[in-house]
Amino acid sequence: MTGPPLLAVERLAVDLPTPRGRLCAVDQVDLGLEAGRTLGIVGESGSGKTMLSRAILQLAPRRARVSGRVMFDGRNLTGLDAEALRRLRGRSIAVVFQDPMTSLNPVLTIGRQIVETLREHLEIARASALRRAVELLTEVGIPAPEQRLRQYPHQLSGGMRQRVAIAIALSCEPRLLIADEPTTALDVTVQAQILDLLARERERRNMAMILITHDLGVVAGHTDEVAVMYAGRIVERAPTTHLFKAMRMPYTEALLAAIPKLDAPPHTPLPAISGRPPDPTRPLPGCSFAPRCRYRAERCEEQKPGLTPIDATGHEYACWHPIGPSRA
Amino acid sequence: MAALDVEVEQAATTPARRGRLVFWLAVAWIAIVASAAIAADWLPLTSPSEMDLLARRAGPGADHWLGTDALGRDILSRLVFGARISLTIGLIAPMLGLVIGAGMGMLAGYFRGWLETLVVGSIDVLLAFPPLVLALAITTYLGQSVLNITITLGILSIPALTRVARAATMTFAERDFVTAARALGAGHGRILMRELLPNIALPLIAFFLLAVAVIIVVEGALSFLGLGVPPPTPSWGGMIAEGRDSLDTAPSIAFLPAGTMFLTVLAFNMVGDRLRALTDPRPGAL
Amino acid sequence: MLGFAGRRLPYLVPVLIAVTLLTFLIAALLPGDLAVALLADQATPEKVAALRHEMGLDAPLVLQYLHWVGGVVEGDFGRSFRTGEPALSAIIQRLPVTVELMLFAELIALVIGVPLGILCAVRSGGAFDRLMTSTAFGMLSVPAFMSAIVLIFVFAVRLKLLPATGYVPLDEDIVGNLRSFVLPAATLGLGEWPVLMRVLRSDMIATLQEDYIAMARAKGLKPWRILLVHALKPSSLTLVTVTGINIGRLIGGAVLVETIFALPGIGRLLIGAIYTRDFVILQGVVLFVATAFVLINFVVDMLYGVLDPRIRHGRA
Repeated sequence: MTGPPLLAVERLAVDLPTPRGRLCAVDQVDLGLEAGRTLGIVGESGSGKTMLSRAILQLAPRRARVSGRVMFDGRNLTGLDAEALRRLRGRSIAVVFQDPMTSLNPVLTIGRQIVETLREHLEIARASALRRAVELLTEVGIPAPEQRLRQYPHQLSGGMRQRVAIAIALSCEPRLLIADEPTTALDVTVQAQILDLLARERERRNMAMILITHDLGVVAGHTDEVAVMYAGRIVERAPTTHLFKAMRMPYTEALLAAIPKLDAPPHTPLPAISGRPPDPTRPLPGCSFAPRCRYRAERCEEQKPGLTPIDATGHEYACWHPIGPSRA
Repeated sequence: MAALDVEVEQAATTPARRGRLVFWLAVAWIAIVASAAIAADWLPLTSPSEMDLLARRAGPGADHWLGTDALGRDILSRLVFGARISLTIGLIAPMLGLVIGAGMGMLAGYFRGWLETLVVGSIDVLLAFPPLVLALAITTYLGQSVLNITITLGILSIPALTRVARAATMTFAERDFVTAARALGAGHGRILMRELLPNIALPLIAFFLLAVAVIIVVEGALSFLGLGVPPPTPSWGGMIAEGRDSLDTAPSIAFLPAGTMFLTVLAFNMVGDRLRALTDPRPGAL
Repeated sequence: MLGFAGRRLPYLVPVLIAVTLLTFLIAALLPGDLAVALLADQATPEKVAALRHEMGLDAPLVLQYLHWVGGVVEGDFGRSFRTGEPALSAIIQRLPVTVELMLFAELIALVIGVPLGILCAVRSGGAFDRLMTSTAFGMLSVPAFMSAIVLIFVFAVRLKLLPATGYVPLDEDIVGNLRSFVLPAATLGLGEWPVLMRVLRSDMIATLQEDYIAMARAKGLKPWRILLVHALKPSSLTLVTVTGINIGRLIGGAVLVETIFALPGIGRLLIGAIYTRDFVILQGVVLFVATAFVLINFVVDMLYGVLDPRIRHGRA
């Protein structure tokens, strides 16, 4: 532990009004992240992980009701005014979105999109900003960076576009980088490169990073700690190695089983998790995963389990019938 | 990614209720004007061309409910008879466009190929001429009369209705019920008339009403320039033009016909737009 | 860029040819004998025949058309029956007035429509948006000649601020010239801004929901920069198209407005030709206007490529 956490999320909740009722996208989430460490947030679509990242940045939709606190570097983000937040974003906290084809503006050149961020947050002249942009593109592994500055996003391949997005995110030396499914829209071969790039840069700059994904395989080699989200809540949290060695949540176990294995015989059916996440406008009284859990019991459907710690490593889980050694 | 951003902009129920009230007000206005125009001869109105020289530019009064114009003619009666012209031309011309345009559009959308190219090309050429200019040119050669103006404006309304018919036909021509009809041995004619036409009727009617609004305006513009229906037949556009000279002394001579025309055009626009919204819902569009 | 233009050029020629054909046919096929109309009460069968021969009206239609088009291509649109002035030079002489009117009108429409479109898109669904949307809808039912009367009444008759008619040439007095254009341009502009606003608003609402806008906010860019640089540019594509298409409506409106406000432009020339049955001028103006419209639409297509680099590079 190296002092107070860089990012501390306390009881963060996001509610959205919809025609069908109030949608609880994020349900009382607590998070902590120290400088220089990587947190992985894993969950399927609809688990609320993207809304969580938006809420941390205070970029939830206008209609949303956000409650709870987000402390960053000692400051309470939920109480900051718009101008202060604006100065923080892109500078101290940066984001990489999932699909660089849609997150980069198609009618502006790459150079312009990098330079505008630099000039917004650091008071530098256009010439220096351009030089810095070339440096950044080189750092993220883009060949012929000077040419790229004048090109448009659609002229680059998917992997290169994401590298550009990462370059933009790193441009002002942020202390925290939030990468929301950074590899999902990319080819498998490129995914590893991007993840390695992120890890390298994080190491170099001693940045904290939140890596959001639906793929447990992605967090395996690239995170210090993992939080598993389901239906808006964190259901299991542990240092990464511990999670893989001794996972407790049936959901986590199912996620792991759903990853295709290289050494399985061909045409092995993937054990997909049957069913779908619950309708967020109609929260269940008991555990949200109960309808799909193969270990479910009566208690699971009646009472919602809270997060309970097992040991001093910081491993927590929320289950009445956890799997693994301590199962009764 | 953007899908997760659940931005829900839902209109509350109050604007919808207000919208419905306004819609029916528009329908009511059209009904009033139409009835007045039809029943003009039997209404207790002074003749629109009778000049009461002792009461020129008079304000509203017992003798003349809406006053008189510069030549002493009763404004109310001129409005009613003018409505006749506007509505007659306004309804018949687009009907001409509807029959021809919808016909061409359906054929183009159904048969595709060279027929479609021909139709679309012709429409494009027709659209290369600004509508008012084309109308002026044709009426100059044809001569000014209600019939000629109706024909001219009918021709003007063909392109828009052709486009709607073609687009709507293309959407429906691929659907299963058409394939089913064909499998049952239905010929082209039957498919066009029995299967496709009823389905494209709603968008066509919506655009027809919008075309009515446009035609009333164009007819008004022609009359305003003195190049529409020849005098002494009263027309709203002509009345506005005549009222221009009295703007300083009796502005109502111009504003009464202007207001009437505005309300009528607005009413048709509203009804047509509402029908169009029913057939083509697009978020964020008017 | 030039390759893109070159690809579109072949479509232009057939349309232009068809335009000349239609213009010619309107004159040639419609009833009403030109010679009879010209001679009016002096028409005798011999004089009519002689005049017809002199004007080339007794030649086969195809020959007449070719003769006419040949002249047009060389710049000879014929001579006015009334003044003997070459039609083309009469048009060219009056062109600047119409162009100034249309540019001024489009400017007013943009100045009103663009900011309103942006404001309504940013706060879409709100009270301001609903008010503006209704107002725009209402304005669409107000034809140019109606706006003209209202504007004249308010500004010329009641407030006596601006002239109701009259034109001051640009080289004579710039201020006077601009003053003489304010009401006419405002008349046309008031008719155009609703369309611009509506289109821009709907486009921007869609654009503002795009990921790259969320990204721009996450980068901490200033709000006005996000609106004007990131959001406006992609949305302006439709705006440019609508502006281009509006030119056609503006020309029709110009005819009316020039007549109402007594501006010596092409529109007034057209109306004058109609009043005096000067068919040569009429035909010349119609052809000129239609051709200009086709060419302008072509230019608008080009602008597409400039605004959206994806189209320029061959991908949508």
